[in-house]
Amino acid sequence: MLSNDPHVGSPRSRVDGPAKVTGRASYAAEFKATGLTHGYILSSAIPRGRIRAFDLAAALAVPGVLQIFTHENRPQTAWFASSYRDQVAPPGKPLRPLYDAEIQHSDQPIALVVASTFEAARDAASLIGVTYERAPHETDLERARHDSYEPPKKRSGIAPPPDPKGDATAAFGGAPIKVSAEYSLATEHHNPMELHGTTVVWESGGKITVHDKTQGTLNTQGYVTSVFGLSSDDVRVVSPFVGGGFGSALRPHHQLFLAVMASLVLERSVRVEMTRTQMFSHVHRPQTINTVAISADPDGHILSLQHNAVAATSRYEDYQENVVNWSGMLYHSEATQLGYELAKLDIPTPGDMRAPGAPTGLFALESAMDELAHATGIDPIELRLRNYTERDENDDKPLTSKELRACYAEGAARFGWSRRKMTPRSMRAGKELVGWGMASGVWEAMMMKSSARATLGRDGRLEIACAASDIGTGTYTILSQIGADALGLELDAVTVKLGDSSLPMAPIQGGSWTAASSGSAVTLTCRSLCETLLKHAKAVEGSPLTEAAIEDVAFNGGMIRLRREPDRAVSITDALAAAGLDQIEAEETASPGLIAPMRRASYTHSAVFAEVHVDEQLDIVRVTRVVSAIAAGRILNPKTARSQIIGGVVWGIGMALHEETMTDHRFGRFMNSNLGEYHVPVNADIDGIEVIFVEEHDDKVNPIGVKGLGEIGVVGTAAAIANAIHHATGKRIRSLPITVDKLLAA
Amino acid sequence: MNRFSYFRAESVEGALAALAADPGAKLIAGGTNLLDLMKYDVEQPSRLIDITQIEGLDTIGETTTGGIMIGALVSNTTIAYHPLISAGFPLLSSAILAGATPQLRNAATAGGNLNQRTRCYYFYDAALPCNKREPGSGCPAMEGVNRNHAILGASEQCIATHPSDMCVALAALGASVHVAGPEGQRTIAMADYHRLPNGSPERDTTLVAGEMVTGIELPAGAKRFAEHHSYLKLRDRLSYAFALVSVAASLQMDGRAIGDARLALGGVAHKPWRRTQAEEVLIGRPADDETFATAADVLLEGAHGREHNAFKIELAHRAIVRALSQAAAGTPQSQSDKRIA
Repeated sequence: MLSNDPHVGSPRSRVDGPAKVTGRASYAAEFKATGLTHGYILSSAIPRGRIRAFDLAAALAVPGVLQIFTHENRPQTAWFASSYRDQVAPPGKPLRPLYDAEIQHSDQPIALVVASTFEAARDAASLIGVTYERAPHETDLERARHDSYEPPKKRSGIAPPPDPKGDATAAFGGAPIKVSAEYSLATEHHNPMELHGTTVVWESGGKITVHDKTQGTLNTQGYVTSVFGLSSDDVRVVSPFVGGGFGSALRPHHQLFLAVMASLVLERSVRVEMTRTQMFSHVHRPQTINTVAISADPDGHILSLQHNAVAATSRYEDYQENVVNWSGMLYHSEATQLGYELAKLDIPTPGDMRAPGAPTGLFALESAMDELAHATGIDPIELRLRNYTERDENDDKPLTSKELRACYAEGAARFGWSRRKMTPRSMRAGKELVGWGMASGVWEAMMMKSSARATLGRDGRLEIACAASDIGTGTYTILSQIGADALGLELDAVTVKLGDSSLPMAPIQGGSWTAASSGSAVTLTCRSLCETLLKHAKAVEGSPLTEAAIEDVAFNGGMIRLRREPDRAVSITDALAAAGLDQIEAEETASPGLIAPMRRASYTHSAVFAEVHVDEQLDIVRVTRVVSAIAAGRILNPKTARSQIIGGVVWGIGMALHEETMTDHRFGRFMNSNLGEYHVPVNADIDGIEVIFVEEHDDKVNPIGVKGLGEIGVVGTAAAIANAIHHATGKRIRSLPITVDKLLAA
Repeated sequence: MNRFSYFRAESVEGALAALAADPGAKLIAGGTNLLDLMKYDVEQPSRLIDITQIEGLDTIGETTTGGIMIGALVSNTTIAYHPLISAGFPLLSSAILAGATPQLRNAATAGGNLNQRTRCYYFYDAALPCNKREPGSGCPAMEGVNRNHAILGASEQCIATHPSDMCVALAALGASVHVAGPEGQRTIAMADYHRLPNGSPERDTTLVAGEMVTGIELPAGAKRFAEHHSYLKLRDRLSYAFALVSVAASLQMDGRAIGDARLALGGVAHKPWRRTQAEEVLIGRPADDETFATAADVLLEGAHGREHNAFKIELAHRAIVRALSQAAAGTPQSQSDKRIA
């Protein structure tokens, strides 16, 4: 037999699943070390000002306390702020923990207590007296938006808005149909289950092994070596499992700095883990205010499209994400004006949070499109089809593929969209109003440079190694599938090693690019391994493969077979034995082409359909059904892929109805910084979620034709739900989350 | 969290003696609220007196007068599913199941539920002033983030709410709290157990120093509401969130008219909110929305909203009407089906 069912493209359970559900998978703050000490972070009570004095006496008297680090006694670290910049840092000067007396945001780390037990460290931290000198602060975006500015320095990888096309203002002014409104998103925090933590193991000879919660071991390693002046030989970063990243573990956080600092000074192993409240002391999705104005002719053809956003950032860094550019990609318009500005607040720097910028901007754009559909009396899907574009109109580039039409069609069919009544408040079930809404989604399909190593043993076992992280997305599994198919092995004959800075280079795990990047690297590496294997197989005495080229053979069931005569074969074992080798190894690097991306743009797309039931008397909303139709190129594993989209949809439900970090601007503090009061959806909030992957063949995007799935699931979901709520109630809520008070007031 | 000593009491007397010996001591049973508050440095007990091993406080039984006595150590789960409760006092079962999560209800006790503290954001943030946590320091919630705060019975010192669901049902059912203390035992009517903040918001209840809850008694008479009741809880997600507004409604129907009524609100005041006048306007009237709205008007009279919680006045009004109609129809709100009946 020649062909097993290929693993790639088939639903496969997570290869790391058993380790995770039995507790054998270790996370950053779970690693053990001899003589481990424990650090506890003290956080600033004020948002801006200076520390005038510490009173450490009572804290130092707590039995078990080894040292209390503050800006007054910290060791010398890198002098320049630029040394603290990591791979994904936005322009600016990163926060340098314990650098000086200056306070730049509430809950900024101001001291680290290290003790022999966690309890002693925590107790001592509560006994530290701090005298502050307060300075005026601002945390209110509604006020600060009046001082917004275009970021003078652009963040690498984030395209600024394109130049205006046509005269959108004039076109809007003269248009017969117009919609124009402001759409806002509250501050959101990632809140992965696993808290940010670091265990630094002090090794002999002054080397350290850093177990860090990170989406990029090499990013952590680079930060540590740069800040502490160490060589990469002395710092190994290990992060085999990440308990949810969502972007929160892209940049190094202060617990990493503090744990490494304490370990180097004390020459001992140190663990520092944030509390749940301290998880609100750093990265978050920025509060953003969108203004969208669309004009159209009576047939719904867009005449002008304007989308401007003001997003919050910190005083010390200009975090940027793509909020408005999507509006120039999804629909055709002759007159487009997009703008993106920042406003400085005394808050920690925002950061990438699952599909950074896209759900923020698309909530605005897709709500406005729904308003336009309502104003023109055109079905929301039909309106989108009338304005469909096959190009990226921002850069006027063709696309490598775009099956968004199929997403609309297949999603609508599955959802039953044709039975929708156009008029709001026209569908009901008992005491509930029923609403059906939809929205489009888009996210970039990116590929980054990545390497991988593959080692094939005489026993027919394959090991794949790559520094990439698996943040729960299924990277272990898909790389196992790719490797198994390349060598024709069973899945359990493949071992994948990830999350270790000593392994071949991989990009940081973000942007939905890991499958495309490390997946391509593994593909190339295994191809190379196959060529080596064939060479050895040819050398076996009496080999039937002597004349065979690589295209002439198949790797299957531990054998290298002639495709035309599958019975004529050499086993892996014999091939390596004949060569006198226990194993063979290959390492290759996959890079995005240099020319192709300049010629064509690549995006994943989605069409999201939502059904809500809203109690007519009480305005309580239930999301009863979501259908998300996805065009993301080739699907490597429908099971883990589906899980990715379901997770994204749940995030979208949270964004639509629940998630909001509330700030008291007088104190400049986040007030609901725990999982009891920062609401994410619970099981009761989640009902039917259906995922459809439409056929999308793309041989241009990257060597394996995949586009990535980590982020597209969240993108259009909040907008679809907001549109469904409008359809149910006739109420248009333009600020997320849509809570009961907003519906009552509308 | 501070250092503390630990003492395991073997009897009520032992617990009371330990309480008397150390004014900084706190009782602990399920610990579902106290341990959180200790981690936030809101509570800093010098000593924890573990009462979980005391015998005789973990049972539910009938009293000689036909009522029910619930021991202070009975878990919330046990109360909710106990046949004597679910048959005779289903409103209480329903209210308990509307709260928290199965894990929390398994650990939390009856006495602890009574004594849980507010979820006010400022109370929880030791970096900020709070009259309840630090008397005299001020109440930033008044002009701050006050979404989950009181619309009724607040004072110039405090606008916190009591977060319990169980207690709202207990108030409607006319329960009483059995207490042991240095002066012996006493019984406190549920209506008097929790207090309004007035000038001393640091005190949540009328327990005095050195006293402990030993049990909760449900009067036999409250069984007459078993057929017509509903606990309707509205919150920011469909489970595991504290009430924005909750309504405990109990009716005794006399044909199409209301024979007797009990009505209490949660999430709106420093205590379960009940006014007998609101119940009196229901009695003898037809069970229709107009009657229910009149009761809601009376129960909410004088309600005062602030920047983020003013919506609760309207929401509570609608919820009262709905809960009473559910009770009258004999279709109590399910706590597992999230559709509102």
